[in-house]
Amino acid sequence: MKSEATIFERSRTNRAAGAQVPEAGSLADIPSRFLRESAPLLPEVSELQAIRHYTNLSHQNFAIDRNFYPLGSCTMKYNPRGTHRAASQPGFLNRHPLTPVGVSQGTLECLFELQEILTIVTGMDAVSLAPMAGAQGELAGLLMIRAYHQSRGDEDRDEIIVPTAAHGTNPATATMCGYKATEIRVGADGDVDLDHLRQLVGPKTAGIMLTNPSTCAVFERQIVEMSQIVHDAGGLLYYDGANLNAILGKVCPGDMGFDVLHLNLHKTFATPHGGGGPGAGPVAVNGRLVPFLPIPIVGQRNGQFEWFGEEEIPKTIGTLSAFMGNVGILIRALAYSMMLGRNGMNRVADFATLNANYLAMELERAGFKLAYPTRKATHEFLITLDEEAKQFGVRAMDFAKRLLDFDIHAPTTYFPLLVPECFLIEPTETETKEQLDEFVKAMMQIRAEAETDPRMLTEAPHHQFKKRLDEVKAARELDLVWKPDSD
Amino acid sequence: MPFIPHTRADVSEMLASIGVSHVEELFSEIPESIERADLFAIPLGISEMEMLRVLSNRARQDELGPCFIGAGCYDHHIPAAVWDLASRGEFLTPYTPYQAEASQGTLQLLYEFQTMMSSLTGMDVANASVYDGGSGLAEAILMAIRCNRNTKSKRVVICGAVNPFYLRAARTLVGSQGVELVHCEHVGGRHAVGLDDFGEVAAVVVQQPNFFGLLENVDEITDWAASKKALLIAVVNPMTLAVLKPPGDWGEGGADICCGDGQPLGVPMSSGGPSFGFLCTRIKYVRQMPGRIVGRTTDSGGSTGYTLTLQAREQHIRRAKATSNICTNQGLLVTAATIYLSIIGLTGLSNVASASHANTRYVVDKLCASGLVSPTFDGSYFHECAINLHRDAQGVFDELTTKHKILAGFPLGEAFDGLESSLLVCATEKRSQEELDFFCRTLLEVLN
Repeated sequence: MKSEATIFERSRTNRAAGAQVPEAGSLADIPSRFLRESAPLLPEVSELQAIRHYTNLSHQNFAIDRNFYPLGSCTMKYNPRGTHRAASQPGFLNRHPLTPVGVSQGTLECLFELQEILTIVTGMDAVSLAPMAGAQGELAGLLMIRAYHQSRGDEDRDEIIVPTAAHGTNPATATMCGYKATEIRVGADGDVDLDHLRQLVGPKTAGIMLTNPSTCAVFERQIVEMSQIVHDAGGLLYYDGANLNAILGKVCPGDMGFDVLHLNLHKTFATPHGGGGPGAGPVAVNGRLVPFLPIPIVGQRNGQFEWFGEEEIPKTIGTLSAFMGNVGILIRALAYSMMLGRNGMNRVADFATLNANYLAMELERAGFKLAYPTRKATHEFLITLDEEAKQFGVRAMDFAKRLLDFDIHAPTTYFPLLVPECFLIEPTETETKEQLDEFVKAMMQIRAEAETDPRMLTEAPHHQFKKRLDEVKAARELDLVWKPDSD
Repeated sequence: MPFIPHTRADVSEMLASIGVSHVEELFSEIPESIERADLFAIPLGISEMEMLRVLSNRARQDELGPCFIGAGCYDHHIPAAVWDLASRGEFLTPYTPYQAEASQGTLQLLYEFQTMMSSLTGMDVANASVYDGGSGLAEAILMAIRCNRNTKSKRVVICGAVNPFYLRAARTLVGSQGVELVHCEHVGGRHAVGLDDFGEVAAVVVQQPNFFGLLENVDEITDWAASKKALLIAVVNPMTLAVLKPPGDWGEGGADICCGDGQPLGVPMSSGGPSFGFLCTRIKYVRQMPGRIVGRTTDSGGSTGYTLTLQAREQHIRRAKATSNICTNQGLLVTAATIYLSIIGLTGLSNVASASHANTRYVVDKLCASGLVSPTFDGSYFHECAINLHRDAQGVFDELTTKHKILAGFPLGEAFDGLESSLLVCATEKRSQEELDFFCRTLLEVLN
């Protein structure tokens, strides 16, 4: 397959997109010791060349707008274009972050409303929109837990409990907060091992981080007991909102006993994933953690919206970004919430769950093995391709790569690690029944190929821009920047 | 039902297939003891048209006249093509490019981005972004401590005029890892080398141009850091590097880590976010760098292709021992920045830098010629400048905002004691001659 040359190979000395080049200003007042001696390697191409190059590159991407994208735990639902339009208006885009509140009431009203909505859907007492992604929300959450314990003189708690199947960000965040992550076992039915939890908790326990539905894609049925056990030991409960789509409008994390949580607005609130961000990871807390919320927060004073900072929230853990997080993403999430309303939100979990259970059932009928066959699917479910792997010598990754040839993005593979050769499949509520049926058909065909011609899988993909890429070579012979002599 | 495609017939068939009679039964594993959600306080859903009506009104409410504030966020021209392309669904709606064969577009673009950023900063390698300038500084500090094998010290010296907003965020982000941030006082707006003895130091952070727009003696500071066996972290505005000496060339040996915010490269101000942070470093430290990194490789047919690499550093593999918890970063803004740099090109970026500087200098010279205003600090500045109004700058700023809808600059008293009469002004290449003159005239009128 033809490769797209890099933009640097298209570059020619003294070519430029003339309409974009402003007139140069004088630098005569800058002493030469501060100036650059040689020009940087930047493209010299025409506007059309740049447009064609990046348009062609875009064709080499799978995306929600092109493909079914059942990537488990990532909630690849439709990203409504209206939200993009709403956030792209000049009044929002051209607002400098240091503009005074008196002339920023439109933006602040949007943020205030979003705080209110997120407080309600999570069943918590207050929200800060400051974190710029889920992982930063986790960090903010654990910093609040830490601040809470310290404020009570409870200094010795240095352990955060996470399930063995937790998202990698959970233990990584615990480390970033100076905590030790201890792992708790998950039982054969996908629920946490309660006895193990009872053994683990104690005076060292700062808290526990959980997703519910769990990363095993089932609802953690003992959540109320777990909350009791952890709280009795003096710890707090952190809810990783990655899977909130499963319960939006059904139950609230606040009512399950959680003290603090983050939401991934780029999941549940349909803001675009952008090929790896930007996200937004607001945190919601109950009363005991309100004093520690990250700043700024939008509040109301004398009928005007205001930023609340250190003065109003003196025990805050602080700011998390230079300004106020990813405001543009927050406006998109508000636009989405407005179009859904409470009636629309009530249906998100219903249809996400309907789609997942239907797809799980159809795959099981087609002979695929569910990882937790006795359990109901949530907004997602796990299948294990262990038997296919043993029988035909093909791995889950081979199934994944072959799916690309059917123009379907692969589900999440090999996560969670405790289920061998697994696919974590999340169809989301915005997919049609026809699309789900096509997925089942593709999976059946691939399994038939595994039996008769396994190379169709092990050498897949066959019809994409590239065949399978050599990741070992990429890591061993590091080639991270283009150089004029590297081709 | 917004965005849900199911017909009634679909629902019946699907329920029948599952073997339940109502969707509610699918939630039977949620214990009865947990109260059901009550969203009643949230209004009912509205159409796209109605939503846009409400939000357009709010957006219009916040429209203002010309912006003369910089302070870490800049009002540059963005070529129309940048966001036309970045808003294509193929860039807007994919996930992180884990499935390389289905993500060559984003991956090649990131490789091109890494190349541009490495060259602009004069460093060996760049990552694919962190959240913003503040989180970039935090990650750079943590990374420097991991990289510095000469000392066990977790003390990091911050030069006085590093962006206070970055520093404030970095304090939160590194606060629970035993890091000691020593913030030096600036002397006349700049860092004074050698006045203090800090003992063993893991890293020194300097910003060029610094927060006041002043040019620091980065060669001297870099050599001083090297003599103390500390790593040098450079905080830079990537736009200025089209003309200013890149951190890789500072002093004898160059900076070790370079970070900053990419907003000036084709990203709208958007209230300060989303933008993106960047991190660049020497190749020998690449395994300590957080965030995604793309490598060029070959596919099984021998054709050139791209993939995420060195993933063993990251949280999804390394878990508690990862270099950072970062996962989702700011991919779409990096897409826009890469397209911006390609369209604006070598000459364009250099001219944006020199024209922005010339516009700022024009304003500063004209204001100072009046005798009512003087430069707050002596010496060379670039693109941004602190001016002393000889009266409460906040009051002047407020008057210009409310009466004239001009954002006159950043009143420095908000962040620095003793600078209550100073305003940090910045005029990018986007400011027309009329706007520059209008600004000067109006500011002087208020001062008179």
